[in-house]
Amino acid sequence: MSTAVTVNAGPRRGWKSAGTWIGAIIVGIALFCAVFAPLIVPHDPFAQDLNRRLLVPFWMEGHNPDFILGTDQLGRDYLSRLIWGCRISMLIGITVTIVSGLIGITIGVLGGFFGGRIDDAVLFAITTRLSIPVVLVALAVVGLLGTSMTLLVLTLGLLLWDRFAVVARSTSMQVRNLDFVAAAWCAGCSRFRVLSREVLPNIASHLVVVATLEIALAILLEATLSFLGLGVPPPLPSWGLMIAEAKDYMFFSPWVIVIPGVALFVLVLGINLLGDGLRDAFGTRSRS
Amino acid sequence: MLRFLVRRLIVALLVAATVMTLAFILTRLSGDLAISIAGPNATQTDIEAVRKAYGLDRPVLTQFFDWVGRAVTGDLGNSYFFQTRVSTLIAERMPVTLTLGLTGLSLALLISIPMGILAAVRENTNFDRAVQMIALIGQAMPSFWLGLLLMIVFGLTLGWLPISGTGSWEHFVMPGIVLAFSAVPALTRLTRAGMIQAMGSDYIRTARAKGLSRASILLKHALRNAAIPVVAIAAVQLGFMLGGSIVIEQVFALHGVGFLAWESIAKNDFPVVQAVVLVLAVIYVALTMVSDLLNAVLDPRLRA
Repeated sequence: MSTAVTVNAGPRRGWKSAGTWIGAIIVGIALFCAVFAPLIVPHDPFAQDLNRRLLVPFWMEGHNPDFILGTDQLGRDYLSRLIWGCRISMLIGITVTIVSGLIGITIGVLGGFFGGRIDDAVLFAITTRLSIPVVLVALAVVGLLGTSMTLLVLTLGLLLWDRFAVVARSTSMQVRNLDFVAAAWCAGCSRFRVLSREVLPNIASHLVVVATLEIALAILLEATLSFLGLGVPPPLPSWGLMIAEAKDYMFFSPWVIVIPGVALFVLVLGINLLGDGLRDAFGTRSRS
Repeated sequence: MLRFLVRRLIVALLVAATVMTLAFILTRLSGDLAISIAGPNATQTDIEAVRKAYGLDRPVLTQFFDWVGRAVTGDLGNSYFFQTRVSTLIAERMPVTLTLGLTGLSLALLISIPMGILAAVRENTNFDRAVQMIALIGQAMPSFWLGLLLMIVFGLTLGWLPISGTGSWEHFVMPGIVLAFSAVPALTRLTRAGMIQAMGSDYIRTARAKGLSRASILLKHALRNAAIPVVAIAAVQLGFMLGGSIVIEQVFALHGVGFLAWESIAKNDFPVVQAVVLVLAVIYVALTMVSDLLNAVLDPRLRA
């Protein structure tokens, strides 16, 4: 019996599965909101009005039709802040993934492709990285250097490259011994050319899957840090920050934490569904 | 086996040394520590006094080796804020964090192992898909938000459980559930995949051919093999949980190590911050070693 095991070889997989499409639709809506946020917000998400604080959302008695999702404790339109928050989440998720992808893929490909001492060093770096408590270190960095978007992105990017490195390492290790790489060597291609033209394109589909899952993780971590007060600086409407600011009112008006929380949950779920679907569509199952 | 152990131990020590260096660099990131400690209203003389008092006027390398030298013997320095030994502070708070972590891990295993087995047995049925959906939901759920929702429902509306503090075992129920949620997806998937792989193997066919009962095949033969990676990952998950409990400790006001770290970051109490980073990393390294050893003990093929 061969060692390859087909897990999940069910009838509805990849692009045929409903989950993938639901994920794609959620991510599509989120991207639309993120890009066109300034054009589609019904109100200024930063405009405070103490006369209309904590208006209730549309499903509750006595709501104001002008403010579909109500207003927060400073009278800011909740729907507008939610849309703007989507922009921030997506922005951070994508930029963090670019930073961590650059680091992780470089390290992983070098280790997997060259092996030997270089690979030992790469494995050591991954082990060390995994032993570092991410939330704590990110909190400490932001706490010491102050809250800013750039700092947050760099910190998370420097902390979240491990999965990229693991996957890039194991996949390029497999590719290294294939015939077309040997052919490229024989044709006299430089190391850089072999890596960039032969190895990278062949492991790209695996990396795309990691990237989607990594975006979801970065969004969750940003929300967590913002919730703890050491993420996105106020008055920017990060969903985590919205939950933190609304926490004092949650026992009287639970919807103030329910709305941004549901948004965060649905977005992360959507990205993960899309990521799982992409993995099945590419036929890549190399999770170890 | 001995060579494996020694090799593993050397790597663990090197990782610990690297984390130590990183933790030290981390706390020096802000530039001049003395200015941060003295506060925004301090005069130049105050800052000088602080610098002298905490030994920050010495060269950075001297400070580093001094810290490392003491840390190796278990002396993690003194807290600026509490004015007590950092090791005492951490030892005082550790039981809360450990209780939380072990509660979370036990709950996670109690949920995910039966769920994974049942999903594997009924592969590709609606039950299997439901289990995978639960795993996806667990992955997407922000832990701090789940904590707040539980507080509203079980703390306020139903009034069953206390919402903050560490007075009794009931205080650990909600935080434990929230922490377990973060580990359930990985453990369920691993159990399910392991069981599916085991069920398709030759020795299970042999067991079936011998006419053994279904329960005996599942629990005695398949689970024993599927459990190896689960047990190993459980140890690693505990390490992640101890590091990740900082958020949950903050939400439920549990005064554990994570809460201590969070307070210390807010108060610029650097010796505590660098010590907590180091201690959590060392615990994680120790747990991964335990996990590797468990793997080797349970699966003789890995000892080579």
